[in-house]
Amino acid sequence: MSFLTRDLVCQQAVELVTDYLEGKLSRRQKRRFEVHLRSCPNCRAYLEQIRRTIEALGRVEPETLAPETRDDLIDLFRRFRAEEP
Amino acid sequence: VTWFSPGARATVTGLTRPGPSGCYRYARSVESGDQAVIQQLLSGDEDAFTQLVERYHTRLIRFAMTFVTGRAAAEDVVQETWAAVVAGLSRFEGRSSLQTWIFQICANRARTHSGREYRTVLVPLDEPAVESSRFDRNGAWSSPPEPWPSVDDRLEADALAPLVRTAIEHLPEVQRQVVTLRDIEGLTARETCDVLSISEANQRVILHRGRARVRTQIERGLGEALP
Repeated sequence: MSFLTRDLVCQQAVELVTDYLEGKLSRRQKRRFEVHLRSCPNCRAYLEQIRRTIEALGRVEPETLAPETRDDLIDLFRRFRAEEP
Repeated sequence: VTWFSPGARATVTGLTRPGPSGCYRYARSVESGDQAVIQQLLSGDEDAFTQLVERYHTRLIRFAMTFVTGRAAAEDVVQETWAAVVAGLSRFEGRSSLQTWIFQICANRARTHSGREYRTVLVPLDEPAVESSRFDRNGAWSSPPEPWPSVDDRLEADALAPLVRTAIEHLPEVQRQVVTLRDIEGLTARETCDVLSISEANQRVILHRGRARVRTQIERGLGEALP
């Protein structure tokens, strides 16, 4: 069995998760990764948790803008525009 | 609010009408949308500027805080960012999106403020996504991931939010910057590289480490919260 066709172990598979999600694995690497996932519920759980992590990060909302801050910045915009030649 | 989903924000640029929550909806558009906003700003359109501020200000504060220590310093950075944006409007060439340009200015101001040198971005040392102690000597899981609360259970799923916030705050600086831009702000890989002046390969390695750390923190937090 050559290095390239050898089965992945879990410890290697978890290091490929981001490249997999970013679509950056070669066709062969992608196949090896997916073959491993099919037979490994633990790595499937890990991948799912990384997906949940990304979703949870996407739900972190910024604070709301204070009206005074907004007004201060509009003042700044006005001053700059007034100074434009 | 759909525009917080990372995918939906990736290519978003043009401003349209305010949404129900006072946020401004962003229509998917090509760079011409950015150019239209620039033209409005150059003609002194205060509404266009207000929309820009409402869209970006608190996000810029959050981003600035990944560089500098303390709220006051972040506010200074963002104040300077707005001044530089307004002063530089006529020089915006549309080589990047307006969003990328604004975050780029913010990153540059923040770096100057932090007083540290950023000539090169440090690639994280070889840090595994999962501690090696969780695998047996053949590389198979010996301590596999515990299941998380189901997505369908809203209350339990909401328990993730505070864990995520804490996890981000504890990320090493560059990981926090990349994770913030990619997963919180929804920038593309390309945009993130442009804002932080890093290579795509570097960006991916940093993102990988950062996401893995956040997952580990969530796992630990859930382990403490659940019996």
